Amino acid sequence: MSTLSLAELEKKANEIRSDIIRMLQKAKSGHSAGSLGMAEVFTALYFSILNHDPKKPDWPERDRLILSNGHICPARYAAMAHAGYFPREWLWKLRSLGSPLQGHPERLRLPGVETTSGPLGCGLAQAAGIAYAARMDNARFRVFCITSDGEHDEGNHWEAVMFAGKYNLSNLTVFVDRNNIQIDGFTEDVMPLEPLVDKYKSFNWHVLDIDGHNIQEIINAVEHARAVYENPTVIIAHTIPGKGVSFMENLPEWHGKAPTKEEARKALNELKILKGKIRNGQK
Amino acid sequence: MINKKLYLSKNIFQKDIEKETPRQGYGEGLVEAGEKDENVVVLCADVAESTRCSLFKQRFSERFIETGVAEQALATIAAGMAVYGKIPFISSYAVFSPGRNWEQIRTTIALNDVPVKIVGSHAGISVGPDGATHQALEDIALMRVTPNIVVVAPADTIETKKAIIEAAKNGKPTYIRFAREKIPIFTTEATPFKIGRAEILWESKFPQAAIIACGPLVYEALLAARELEKNAIEVLVINSHTIKPLDEREIIRAAKITGAIVTAEEHQVAGGLGGSVSELLARNYPVPIEFVGMPDCFGESGLANELLEKYKMESGGILEAVKKVIIKKGK
Repeated sequence: MSTLSLAELEKKANEIRSDIIRMLQKAKSGHSAGSLGMAEVFTALYFSILNHDPKKPDWPERDRLILSNGHICPARYAAMAHAGYFPREWLWKLRSLGSPLQGHPERLRLPGVETTSGPLGCGLAQAAGIAYAARMDNARFRVFCITSDGEHDEGNHWEAVMFAGKYNLSNLTVFVDRNNIQIDGFTEDVMPLEPLVDKYKSFNWHVLDIDGHNIQEIINAVEHARAVYENPTVIIAHTIPGKGVSFMENLPEWHGKAPTKEEARKALNELKILKGKIRNGQK
Repeated sequence: MINKKLYLSKNIFQKDIEKETPRQGYGEGLVEAGEKDENVVVLCADVAESTRCSLFKQRFSERFIETGVAEQALATIAAGMAVYGKIPFISSYAVFSPGRNWEQIRTTIALNDVPVKIVGSHAGISVGPDGATHQALEDIALMRVTPNIVVVAPADTIETKKAIIEAAKNGKPTYIRFAREKIPIFTTEATPFKIGRAEILWESKFPQAAIIACGPLVYEALLAARELEKNAIEVLVINSHTIKPLDEREIIRAAKITGAIVTAEEHQVAGGLGGSVSELLARNYPVPIEFVGMPDCFGESGLANELLEKYKMESGGILEAVKKVIIKKGK
């Protein structure tokens, strides 16, 4: 765990965001909106929350981070590179032949990726399986799982919600990236999820509702979850898809699209101005 | 004649040969695997009694996990446990697992290459009265085309037990399927069994065809061989309990010796053992093949023996297929 200050963490999130833009532009395909939207959550996890060692990705006592919505892996890859799991140059090979950075993350290709993901709705069940097994062995590590809101349409996800609720898996903490978009449009048009807080509560979960771009709130929510011994905790993190890039924010069409060279240039410029604001304490 | 080196049951062709459901072998195999390795865990989708994984539950309740009727969760929770280091066996009916949860198995078990053991009970047409919805006839194909997965269809309860115990140790995603009905116990504890190695159960001096079978139809193939012998038709009977990896050497050798093959399985003709054998022989040593199995249709309600007879999957059907393939070869 690092000891970065809040401003340093915010700067780190901005760097990760910039690298997401660079990777996606070079790869010419991939998912921009969700990746940008989760920059703060990944930063908080890799630089403050997780008990991990980038030099020993197989360390048995590490906290496990399962990314269920694998398509936002650019954010995870960028955070991992910045944390020291692999050289930053690898990021520029995203989605290319022979790259450890597959279009959707694969366990056997990149150390530090706990499980292969991409097909939606499967991550929570795997995280619950790890949490259950860890409890059997009295292992002390915690299991974190990142899910998208759109994948809450999947039955498999709710099967896992029931399972974790039944077995009171309090060593499991789940983030829902509540950005309100999915491929075909806004979640509440495609398949309404609200009232999401009540849904989780009724399945015997502890629920927290936070601003997913506020790093302090993210860290506090996880601290809170550590103190809950009765239930698994879900942190519904409200985020803005495409966050940080004005022409991408809140637009479903940026769900599965990469920026062109010109768009990337504009985006990086906006993020540079934002970085200046963070440095000067204006953000 | 029966291969004496395999120590098959002395009562093999007696009318009163003891019968048992392979599910019993599953339950007993789980208990033994659980005794040998404390990482063995069993997950069950609300079918503990009918799959007999209840035997494990009675012995190791702390390692038995009930997921409810949720086969997608069954596969994915197990995948997580295997990623962590456990050896999970997942129990359901073959129609639902690996039927309903195929994509979950593909991504989280096969692509992850983690040692989850998918156990499909109630496989084949002999499920009987429950009808077409519950008769898994496509499961071997689903698993066989998925990379990294070992596929085994044991022939009786003793072989099922051995398959379970070996699967617990093989470190691979593995699919094991078996029928619901009682099947003659024609192998013994002493009969050799190794995943990936086919055994010649019935030998002949001058075999005119080889019957390659798996699951409950191995015994039917032996009955057919004995009947054919009376008609002066000599054959080989090969128990190819492992469909993947196929025992290529043994099967190519049988094709070379006999020049005619019959495959027999309680599964669709497309994509199962028959498909597997013909792909192998087409590449290496093409010979005429006849297929005993479901001819691209669904089953229906009925007694197991009625259905096996209707769809020509009993010894009579196998016998006819042998005669047919020998004629084909002669042309």
